[in-house]
Amino acid sequence: MKSVVKALAVTASLAMLIPLGACGSTPGGSSSSGSDATLWVFNDNNTKPVRDAIEQWNKDNPDKKISSETFANDAYKEKIRTAIGSGNAPTMIMSWGGASLKDYADQGSIVDLTGDLKDTVDKTVLDSVAEGGYVDGKLYGTSFNGVQPALLFFNKKVLKEAGVSKEPQTWDELLTAVNKVKATGKTPITLAGGSKWPYLMWAAYLVDRIGGPEVFQKIENGDKDAWSDPAVLEAMTKIQDLVKAGAFDNTYQSLTADDRKDVALLVNDTSAMEMQGSWAYPDFVALNKDFADNNLSFAAFPTVAGGKGDAKDLTGNLSNYFSISSKASETQQKNAIDFLKNNTYSDTMVSSMLETGSVPPVKNAADKVKKADTKSGFYSYIYEAASEAPSYQLSWDQALPSDQAEAVLNNLEQVFLLQITPQQFVDNMNKTLK
Amino acid sequence: MTEMKTKAGRRSRASRSRGGSGSAALRKGPSLWYAAPAMILFGIFALIPLVGVVVLSFMNWDGLGAVTWNGLGNWKAMLSDPLTLNGLKLTLILTLACWAVQTPVSILLGVFMAGKQKYRAFLAVFFFLPLLFSSTAVAIAFKNLLDPQFGIGKAFGWKWLEQNFLGDPKTALWVLILVVSWCFVPLHSLLYQGAVRQIPASLYEAARIDGAGTVRQFFSITLPQLKYTFATDSTLMIVGSLTYFDLVYVMTSGGPGNATRIMPLDMYIKGFKSYDMGGASVIGVLILAMGIVISLLLNKLSGADKMESQMEGV
Repeated sequence: MKSVVKALAVTASLAMLIPLGACGSTPGGSSSSGSDATLWVFNDNNTKPVRDAIEQWNKDNPDKKISSETFANDAYKEKIRTAIGSGNAPTMIMSWGGASLKDYADQGSIVDLTGDLKDTVDKTVLDSVAEGGYVDGKLYGTSFNGVQPALLFFNKKVLKEAGVSKEPQTWDELLTAVNKVKATGKTPITLAGGSKWPYLMWAAYLVDRIGGPEVFQKIENGDKDAWSDPAVLEAMTKIQDLVKAGAFDNTYQSLTADDRKDVALLVNDTSAMEMQGSWAYPDFVALNKDFADNNLSFAAFPTVAGGKGDAKDLTGNLSNYFSISSKASETQQKNAIDFLKNNTYSDTMVSSMLETGSVPPVKNAADKVKKADTKSGFYSYIYEAASEAPSYQLSWDQALPSDQAEAVLNNLEQVFLLQITPQQFVDNMNKTLK
Repeated sequence: MTEMKTKAGRRSRASRSRGGSGSAALRKGPSLWYAAPAMILFGIFALIPLVGVVVLSFMNWDGLGAVTWNGLGNWKAMLSDPLTLNGLKLTLILTLACWAVQTPVSILLGVFMAGKQKYRAFLAVFFFLPLLFSSTAVAIAFKNLLDPQFGIGKAFGWKWLEQNFLGDPKTALWVLILVVSWCFVPLHSLLYQGAVRQIPASLYEAARIDGAGTVRQFFSITLPQLKYTFATDSTLMIVGSLTYFDLVYVMTSGGPGNATRIMPLDMYIKGFKSYDMGGASVIGVLILAMGIVISLLLNKLSGADKMESQMEGV
């Protein structure tokens, strides 16, 4: 009976997509039958090392093949959950850790990897990143991608022209820099509001710097009225101060990040600063290598006077994780685990990651990272930041259950648009905690 | 020459069918089995999922775990959610505005394309083009053209175009309405063009003999003769706008704030971003109910259920 209801539910939810027309077709041939292990993976630059590793693996192990299908980021996010729910998941399930990994584990959709892979992971992966793959002390996901914290990027030339000699270290210095840049007629801070998620990085860092990592920890735990912490209120007030000071020009709401227009504005000297994930760095290089080498600088998020958070705390994405579907056949599971055992930040993986511009979260790799570093020292900066961070908070939209994540994005956008007050934000968000 | 031939052909075909309609076999119509393939497809792809959506609206399901009964919980939650009301309001505005913009333009273009003016066929090709483009491509193109930092305004230095069209909650919906209309006017003018061509030339000849000018002919003959096409076309437009999704999703995804979060988009976000399938189903059922009520109402108002020939005596 249960399965009948579920089948009906799956049909019904897919039926909602019918009038939505050409939103993409359902992936075919990815069911759990057949002997090849299957994998869905992004088609972006960051996953190239793992895609190459799979190709190599298939050449070396023709009897343990892994067949992979590539997807665009958003398409993948929307597809994977229904695929798992309807039993059509690939053998290797990719995630960002956080709430979705916990959901999959709680539902028994993915298998416990503690016995097979814990030793490999604990030996190689940086603790803060490895931790993202654990649910209740058991290993459910192994990271395979670069580490991706959010940080502030600067256009040195625009800052200099405005009379700002060094990157702001405190919130007050940031406000001064904003005013100085504004006086020159340039945009102080680029913000890709059209994509919504860039708003989150500001909120996450401000809450951390003001109240420390415990504030969001309580929210993540779902404590009653956890959003009422004064740090949240102060962070939202500071955000609105920044908006009112004109830090983000007048058209930031229509700027989107997926097409990299935000990065372009920094490169073409239109704006002075931008907060972005470290994944934006390859785009700076691709757009203008000379700019990335000589004119780009970067720094941690500024501290807030009287705040409890450590200046070295990070937020952003930890990495991407592979989990193994419990619906896959035993051979598929075994083959996938074999692949992970041999390829979790293997030497070839690490060097190929550094070549494509992502920083591997691997223990004792400072020398390797340094050797591959670019002129600006970006790789070493990220590697050190990730190794030394006392707290590394996963992006809010990944850390929270999906319904709360959507509510945060929606309400935070209204805070930036000055449509709701900080207090209304707190009240609306408290309602989402059950 | 060809013209005369076709006209004569049309008349003879018309008289033939009029003569045939008297036979008993035709009045009874073909066997109902003819409808079976359509009904089976409709049942599998429309009715069964529809029942599923209605059932699901009383359930809790996050797309992953077990499906559990929730009674009226989803309905209460959705009906008290300000986003639902906001979506309903925006959908109604979008529907009405799209109808109000598209109808007059489509009628005028349709009448123009049905005529015999110079360059008509050539121009008609251009009017028809937007219908051939995929709506995602149209959305991405418009989004980039209207971009205040990189768009057409910046490129040519036209200050009036260098506006925050899609980023300002006050203008975003209206820009969408214009783009949607741009996409669908060709389809509707095609319908009107066909309808105008059906009007017998003798009506215009008679009017001309009575001394009616072009404008008078348009209002006294063309418009009244388009009555049923108007009813059909309005139903198409309104039901289409009620469920409209793709352009809005690609251009604004509901933003800025919730300024363009129309009901179908709200349903999509609830279902596939928040993974609240129960809540999304409630909104789906609401859209469905609205669609049915409005099309029945339109049918009633236009008297389409007792459509009679407008050509008696011609």
